[in-house]
Amino acid sequence: MKIFVCLANVPDTTTKVKFSDNNQQFDDTGVQWVINPWDELALTRAMELKEDSGNNVDEVTVLTVGGLNTEPTIRKALAIGADNAVRIDAEPADSYVVAYLLSEYLKSYEGGYIVLAGIEASDYNGSAVGGMLSEFLDVPSVSAVSALNIEGDKVSLLREIDGGSEQVIAGVPFVAIVQKGIAKEPRIPAMRGIMMARKKPLEVIKGEAPEALAEMADFELPQVKPPCKMIEPENARELISLLQNEAKVL
Amino acid sequence: MEKRASIKGGEFIVKDITADEVFIPEEFDEEQQLIAQTCDDFIETEVLPNLDRVDSQEEGYMRSLLEKAGELGLLGISVPEQFDGFGQSFVTTQLTSERMGAGYSFSVAYSCHTGIGSMPILYYGNEEQKQKYLPKLSTGEWIGAYCLTEPGAGSDANAGTTKAVLSEDGKNYILNGQKMWITNAGFADVFTVFAKIDNDRVLSAFIVERSFPGISFNPEEKKMGIKGSSTRQIFFNDCVVPAENMLGKRGKGFRIALQILHMGRIKLGGNVIGAAKYSINQSVNYANERKQFGSLISSFGSIKQKLAEQVIKTFANESAVYRASKDVDEAVKQNTDDTISKEQALVDAYGQFAVEAAILKVFGSEALSYVVDENVQILGGMGYSAEMGAERAYRDSRINRIFEGTNEINRILVIDTLLKRGARKEFDLFGEAEKIVAGLDKYMGEKPGSTDYYERKRFYVSNFKKLALVLINAVSARFQRKLVYEQEILNNLSDIIMNIYVAESILLRVQKLESMNVPAGIEVYRDILDVFLFDASELMRKASRDIVYSAEADGNTDKYLEAIDHFSKSEGVNTRDARRRIADKLIDDNKYKF
Ligand SMILES: Cc1cc2nc3c(=O)[nH]c(=O)nc-3n(C[C@H](O)[C@H](O)[C@H](O)COP(=O)(O)OP(=O)(O)OC[C@H]3O[C@@H](n4cnc5c(N)ncnc54)[C@H](O)[C@@H]3O)c2cc1C
Repeated sequence: MKIFVCLANVPDTTTKVKFSDNNQQFDDTGVQWVINPWDELALTRAMELKEDSGNNVDEVTVLTVGGLNTEPTIRKALAIGADNAVRIDAEPADSYVVAYLLSEYLKSYEGGYIVLAGIEASDYNGSAVGGMLSEFLDVPSVSAVSALNIEGDKVSLLREIDGGSEQVIAGVPFVAIVQKGIAKEPRIPAMRGIMMARKKPLEVIKGEAPEALAEMADFELPQVKPPCKMIEPENARELISLLQNEAKVL
Repeated sequence: MEKRASIKGGEFIVKDITADEVFIPEEFDEEQQLIAQTCDDFIETEVLPNLDRVDSQEEGYMRSLLEKAGELGLLGISVPEQFDGFGQSFVTTQLTSERMGAGYSFSVAYSCHTGIGSMPILYYGNEEQKQKYLPKLSTGEWIGAYCLTEPGAGSDANAGTTKAVLSEDGKNYILNGQKMWITNAGFADVFTVFAKIDNDRVLSAFIVERSFPGISFNPEEKKMGIKGSSTRQIFFNDCVVPAENMLGKRGKGFRIALQILHMGRIKLGGNVIGAAKYSINQSVNYANERKQFGSLISSFGSIKQKLAEQVIKTFANESAVYRASKDVDEAVKQNTDDTISKEQALVDAYGQFAVEAAILKVFGSEALSYVVDENVQILGGMGYSAEMGAERAYRDSRINRIFEGTNEINRILVIDTLLKRGARKEFDLFGEAEKIVAGLDKYMGEKPGSTDYYERKRFYVSNFKKLALVLINAVSARFQRKLVYEQEILNNLSDIIMNIYVAESILLRVQKLESMNVPAGIEVYRDILDVFLFDASELMRKASRDIVYSAEADGNTDKYLEAIDHFSKSEGVNTRDARRRIADKLIDDNKYKF
């Protein structure tokens, strides 16, 4: 069996977000790119599954839709342990484009596979690629997966649901849309992995992107929150006065 | 390439180097950046959340951290592949030194192990010794330490009295003596120990294992900082060391010790960059949150001034460190052949760049001192509180001015080594100096002809060099062999030379960046260069005047003062605005991103 891990290239979480072109473009000058945290955990789980020989996972392949600027993060995924990677060379304009291009690539793959997709990406938090992908592929998907184990030719999954969790058994192929918890912590690439990453195949294929369905109209930064006022417990009177006169909620 | 290989250590003082001859950190490739990121991730996830456990010296904890670093391969960066390492270049090693430098006490244990703790065996060990020890040191199964200092032999390292005597059957050396201030002593397995055989006047080196009979340890020293780093005294009482554990030849110990120190100094220069960047981030994060008088403190000029200066000093140090480190690599590449191993070439290169190593040690440790001190200041009361990392960084940084040769010893080394190189005609130091003195009137009539920004800057840096040469000429003539007794003057000269090297390193880096289309735009880098040169010129002027008045250059004082005024000149800078722009970038990024 083969595991495909979808990998989004996202700005580092400490990035100070700025916009250009009249607030219509994300300004990526000087941005440090990282693997989407959910995808990084998915990759970690994929590696754990492969390392247990009982699971019969022959290969872990990383899939990315994006330009040349995604290659450092792909290389990091290879250093963490993925066997090979495919970069579908196209602008990841929206979830639809990404899901479509991933599916076009996956359709040509024959044989049992699991696709791991992060439940969202920390850039636009669209939460749509995994679901769309399974529709395009016409295979089942399970969302909000927080644990995944291979049991023979079936896969046992745990999903978080309102007020509890449910266990699902799935056959392959299918798409697992994973959330945090799927693996404990992302792996730090070791020196040996980094050295080997250089030699691992990174295939680049041209993506025939469909027209995007969504278009970005405008970006806006969240309002800066006013600072929190702390009031000592003995000054309840002051609190009441503030709630009445400043916040005007009483 | 040819050109770069021809750069000799210390030669910068008589030779103008061009931007294409230097390496700058912006040139690190994807793989090197991945390695750096692994170090960052390790420090962030394993070290920083556990600093209290480290500093309380929780039993076994530091060792377990080192072992984890070993699992990631981070202990074997500069160990060749045949000994289970990764055989990386020196400049890559330096990148890891930098990143691991953000790890407070851990970084001292790490540097000690991967540097002075392991490298003596790689550089001087025979094949059996390397086979036996290096793979274990590279993976972290064994931890290394380095024992040179003794109660009576600190700066004067050759004064050690630890003794080694060959046993009657010739199978063992019996060691007796005491070592002091030994990093990693609490848990290390392998020690490089320096001792004198019989009545030798010079040191020899031995590989001593913790399990050898006759070795014992004092309790941990109570220290100002790096409290998590193990530091102990070690006693050798008839300690039995197999004769085959002698490292290198008899009597070669002092040479080994010195060469390892040259390496340690450049590496310390790398190490402090990581610590400085971490402190700067803390400073700016706090300044961007703390409000007083209704405004963020990062909007105040006084705070911007400090933030900018932290950046300038760190950028300066970084420019010099990677320039010198790549020069080391180039020398290795140039000199390795059938008869000279890579390790031998590396050791030779450390020696070759001894002047730069001493400069980096002094400049780097003092830059860090500034950064951590102002970090405390920017955090105000919170800086003084043990709750935040600022006071820890402040205490921890202080050791850098003491170990790997005190800054006093290293300042003297800068000028002393340079003068010796000149005397040995390794490059034409005195000839060049005489040339400048002879042509003084001509040179003093020169003006920065070009309107090109970099040409002008190069003109001033070139003049700084002429200044140093004029002064070297003057004090050499004035004091001759007695110059060694004029430490104050030597210190002044050393400061001038240090500033020249660093100023030139920034200049070449910024010039090279000009063509690289940096995301932030080149202006802010030019600001860094402008301010540094302006400040350095004032500092050099003062140091030079100190020299001239102290040397009582009879009758010639006025001539020298005039020369100083000319050669130390640099362009005037609106430092307020330049520093504000530098600080504003830092404030905007909320992180050191230069
Ligand atoms: C935490 C820590 C860890 C250490 N780790 C190690 C280790 O792992 N291995 C090891 O071998 N050593 C280690 N050392 C020792 C360290 O290298 C020495 O402390 C250092 O070399 C200074 O020696 P000293 O302490 O004897 O000071 P001294 O040599 O007594 O110096 C005292 C003062 O006199 C000045 N001075 C001395 N001689 C001269 C001179 N000729 N001209 C001008 N000024 C001079 C010094 O600069 C200093 O200011 C460590 C020290 C510390 C504190």
